[in-house]
Amino acid sequence: MNVFSKKSWGPYMVGTAIGILSWFAFATADRQIGITTAFEYTAALGAQALAPQLALNNSYYAEKAEENKPPKIDWEWMLVLGVFIGSYLSSKLSGDRTPERVPALWRWRFGDSSAIRYAGAFGGGFVMMLGARIAQGCTSGHAISGTLQLALSSWMFAPLIFIVAVATAFLLYGKEGRNHV
Amino acid sequence: MFDDPGKLLLGLVTGIIFGVLLQKGQVAKFQVILGQLLLKEFTVFKIMATAVVVGAIGVNAIIAMGGASLHIQTASLARVLIGGVLFGVGLAVFGLCPGTSVAACGEGRHDAMVGVLGMFFGAGSYILLFPKLQPVLQAMPDWGKVTLPQVTGISTWIWVAALAVPLGFMLRYHRLRPGITPPKGSQ
Repeated sequence: MNVFSKKSWGPYMVGTAIGILSWFAFATADRQIGITTAFEYTAALGAQALAPQLALNNSYYAEKAEENKPPKIDWEWMLVLGVFIGSYLSSKLSGDRTPERVPALWRWRFGDSSAIRYAGAFGGGFVMMLGARIAQGCTSGHAISGTLQLALSSWMFAPLIFIVAVATAFLLYGKEGRNHV
Repeated sequence: MFDDPGKLLLGLVTGIIFGVLLQKGQVAKFQVILGQLLLKEFTVFKIMATAVVVGAIGVNAIIAMGGASLHIQTASLARVLIGGVLFGVGLAVFGLCPGTSVAACGEGRHDAMVGVLGMFFGAGSYILLFPKLQPVLQAMPDWGKVTLPQVTGISTWIWVAALAVPLGFMLRYHRLRPGITPPKGSQ
């Protein structure tokens, strides 16, 4: 039986493979696995193209030029594209696909309006990404890649996001919500 | 504008493997992420803890041998605090983190696609707000790009061992309780 036709692999096996994948990233490209810098660069390039005058006056671009890290389509940008492709292939091979709009727990708490769920997803994604760029990392860049390099910033960030996200989840859904996940 | 093609290809390959692993790990799903945040089931934690320990062993060895350099962010109190609080709230509301949301789009989930669109606007707002944010970020302490071994004077390998030991206990505890099976997580 093909392993790729299985819907899920054990969490310790997946975790071990992600750990080894991070060796691969460091050894082959001298890069760490991360996601959100690619979003920042895409937005920066987009803003430059759409409103060049505005971009010219924004100190962000000067700062990036000074750090010698101008926004570009780079290794990480292709990694994000790859995550989409990999997940697409994996879910195709196992039939684990859904055009779902409203997850069960959300429906229990906020009803089955897809407009309300879309607003929550958009707003949540917006705030999360703003936070990730301020903190310079996310669950991948800080909480996995940063902590495994024993970075002080990441060991501050990872516990903080966990505590805040758990508190927010309980505020939104309460203990009762645990019966719906 | 572009990295060289070889590096772009390496990024794509790394990403495809990462995407398969996130999908097979069942973490590209709102229900599994919220199951973790409501402390009901610990798939996300198990994957992350194992990845960190396994990753720490190899990556620190590669860096020690000069095969790669350290890639860490500055420990700016304002960046961590403001960014971390916004990130945590957004994560709980959206129900997916940046990597898993892209993987959830690969699974075809429509709400994840809307969330990723929100993420692009969130990234744009960071650039727009950057000139106003800068003085705030600079007003609080910044300890620089430092590691725990540098701050404490304790060897990297003692730190890595300190991470590995609790994971070993966790694995052993699970093996002793065959009643615990990996969550189905399907939804």
